[in-house]
Amino acid sequence: MSASVDHFSPDKNKLNKIAEDILKPVGFSKSFMLWMGFLTMVFLICGYAYGIQLEKGLIVTGMRDFVSWGMYIANFVFFVAVSLVGMLISAVLGLIGYKWIKPIARIAEIVAVGFAMVAGLVIVVDMGRPDRVHHVFLYGRVQSPILWDVTVITTYMTISILLYFLPLIPDLAIAKGRMNNAPKWLVNLYEILSLKWNHSSKQFKILMKSMRILLILVVPTAFGIHTVTSWLFAATSRSGWDSTIFGPYFLTGAFVAGTAAVVILMFFYRNSFKLEKYLTDDHFDKMGKLLVLTALVYLYFNINEYLVPALKMKRVDALHLHALFAGHHAFLFWATQLGGLIIPMILMMFKPFRKPGVLTFLAVCVLIGAWFKRYIIVIPTMEHPNLPIQGVPEAFMVYSPTVIEVAVTLMTFVMSLMIITILSKVFPIIPIWEMAEEASHEGDAEASKTESLPAE
Amino acid sequence: MSEDQKKKFTSDEEYQKATRRDFMKKLGIIGGAAVAGSAALVAGMKFEDKKGKDGYIRAVNDDNELITVPKSEIKYLKPDFTELQRRGREGLKGRKWVMVINLAKCRNARKCVEACQSAHHLRPYEYHINTLKMQDGKETAPYYMPKPCQHCDNPPCTAVCPVNATFKRQDGIVLIDNERCIGCRFCIAACPYSARMFHWEQPKNHEEYMHHEEEYEELMHHGKINEAAELKAKIDYDIELNVPQKKGTISKCLFSADRLREGKMPYCVSACPNGVFYFGDENEDAVTNGTTKETVRLSKLLRDNAGYRLLPELGTQPRVYYLPPKNRLFDFPEESILPEDGHHS
Repeated sequence: MSASVDHFSPDKNKLNKIAEDILKPVGFSKSFMLWMGFLTMVFLICGYAYGIQLEKGLIVTGMRDFVSWGMYIANFVFFVAVSLVGMLISAVLGLIGYKWIKPIARIAEIVAVGFAMVAGLVIVVDMGRPDRVHHVFLYGRVQSPILWDVTVITTYMTISILLYFLPLIPDLAIAKGRMNNAPKWLVNLYEILSLKWNHSSKQFKILMKSMRILLILVVPTAFGIHTVTSWLFAATSRSGWDSTIFGPYFLTGAFVAGTAAVVILMFFYRNSFKLEKYLTDDHFDKMGKLLVLTALVYLYFNINEYLVPALKMKRVDALHLHALFAGHHAFLFWATQLGGLIIPMILMMFKPFRKPGVLTFLAVCVLIGAWFKRYIIVIPTMEHPNLPIQGVPEAFMVYSPTVIEVAVTLMTFVMSLMIITILSKVFPIIPIWEMAEEASHEGDAEASKTESLPAE
Repeated sequence: MSEDQKKKFTSDEEYQKATRRDFMKKLGIIGGAAVAGSAALVAGMKFEDKKGKDGYIRAVNDDNELITVPKSEIKYLKPDFTELQRRGREGLKGRKWVMVINLAKCRNARKCVEACQSAHHLRPYEYHINTLKMQDGKETAPYYMPKPCQHCDNPPCTAVCPVNATFKRQDGIVLIDNERCIGCRFCIAACPYSARMFHWEQPKNHEEYMHHEEEYEELMHHGKINEAAELKAKIDYDIELNVPQKKGTISKCLFSADRLREGKMPYCVSACPNGVFYFGDENEDAVTNGTTKETVRLSKLLRDNAGYRLLPELGTQPRVYYLPPKNRLFDFPEESILPEDGHHS
């Protein structure tokens, strides 16, 4: 998506080769059908669990009057967090002008679309009266952070879809002539969605301009979405949430989670779609470095977030921190901090740990850690209100999620995976035209300098 | 009864009834015949009931004249849902309700809790008001603390509500509209006093509510409009009582806004046997003790007894004041109620 492209004149042979490689995995293979069938089955089972929740109410969850936000809200924060990576890679790195992100940018946008689209549903799952969602539009109060969240999530989702779709248009135009074995409907779909694209310099100019505007717009939107999400907590006076750095703390944490998610997907595409030539060791190395950077910044905010109140030990802060450091939540707290952040970060500082396989393993640790980190942010705070919890059943005192809650949470993941799976099988996962551009340029350079492509 | 009055009645029958009422009035004046009087009253009412079924009903019009109206023409002017909502959101003009809780008197009888739960159809562990066992430190004395909603003048709960389901009225009360609430529970997260509860399941009296609705449908089906209208009052959601309670919505202390409208004290205040609660109007600078009915100056009460509010550092400006638990008039368990680590929860 470099802004310099204003005409499309790639080396024909290279374009043919690249298009062939990238279009090969497109289409509904047997393994795709099996995977989607599996996802559908899990979705239906989990959907049944949600049905039970609708029927009986939130009593089927582990939440009660004191811990009144639980796994669902933690999961919501996680979904919003992961979706932010689209902005980090396409916009922040893209606008700076890093070329190595080109084959990864679309993967990052798929993650953004897949998670942002479901984030809105995750919050509906937590509502006591999902039948009244429309009240938010009928009676919405602009003073409430929830309204800001609704606004900014829909905006971010829209921009992410556009950032995914716009650079796809030239690819669809390239692909539609080459999809000899594809089903008719897919060719028709490409025909419609390619919007009569003919690679004219005028069209490229418009594309580049709109991409640039969107890439700039998505930065404040993405900052907004997660800052506002953090304010759902920071707007209260509860110990553990009553923090002025919650915005940047959430934002930097989001980049860690999202980068890890992209690494995992990259590894999957590289192996299953046979795209080793496009998602190279070098890309994993760079993504590993990016993960180290984001983890370092996040660690810095973690130290601020936990050390500063620990120095003062105000009454309820002390209860909260005690539960995290040495009490009820200590295992999860240290597991997320050490196993989900610090240890992977230190390992990734060394080159051998940035090889695709190892890096993906570490990214899985980081992503799981990131999910539980949101759990650690949401739940322990609610267990320590200002006034004592008395005269209620045992279940009100300590939160433990139920099977139904886990199933409904799983359902949201399945939905995201379905979106990601469909997008990556219906459309090319690597930008063909950009790779062809790149290869042609490097081919020119090679002619003069005889330098090997990093892609080979 | 004069001739003039007699003319106003449309029939002999009506005249008979009027004279009977006249008679009963006199009967009432003769205090000694109380037993006979009430017997006559019961008999009279039964008689009137029977009359009523003929299709006419007697009523007093705006000019204080007794009239009869065909039953089919009757329209009951009980406040319907729309009216209940309107006046509920508006509040009582010129009032600033305030509560004072004297901790020196509370001996954890929990009558306030019971009265509240019965009025608002709550289970024993669902609280609008709860009495907490408190102890601020190992060396300080424990005490019992009734804790209703603090009805803050700067309420954090209403600030975060996305749909204006919970709101602050002009008379200082913070209410919840369970017809609008979407059940996001942001207000629970925001409340520093843990004053709010959520209906995680069908409310306690759910079966009863369903029964009423079925009965109503049936009455309407059979054209028994008057009986149906009677029942409608039980079905219509009263925002000032928050009844019927609803699954998936918030409930909370309402300062018994329905009772205040009738000029009565809140349920908890009237139920207390120990004189813990004072309730009144800040504008009048007067509060009345719910047990002794003694009315005192609010400002003097707070000044003389070093009244304070909960968590004042949060700037929520509660409308509930506490009087410190000094010179308690009862024994409190000697041993500390604090667990070993010195914390409450």
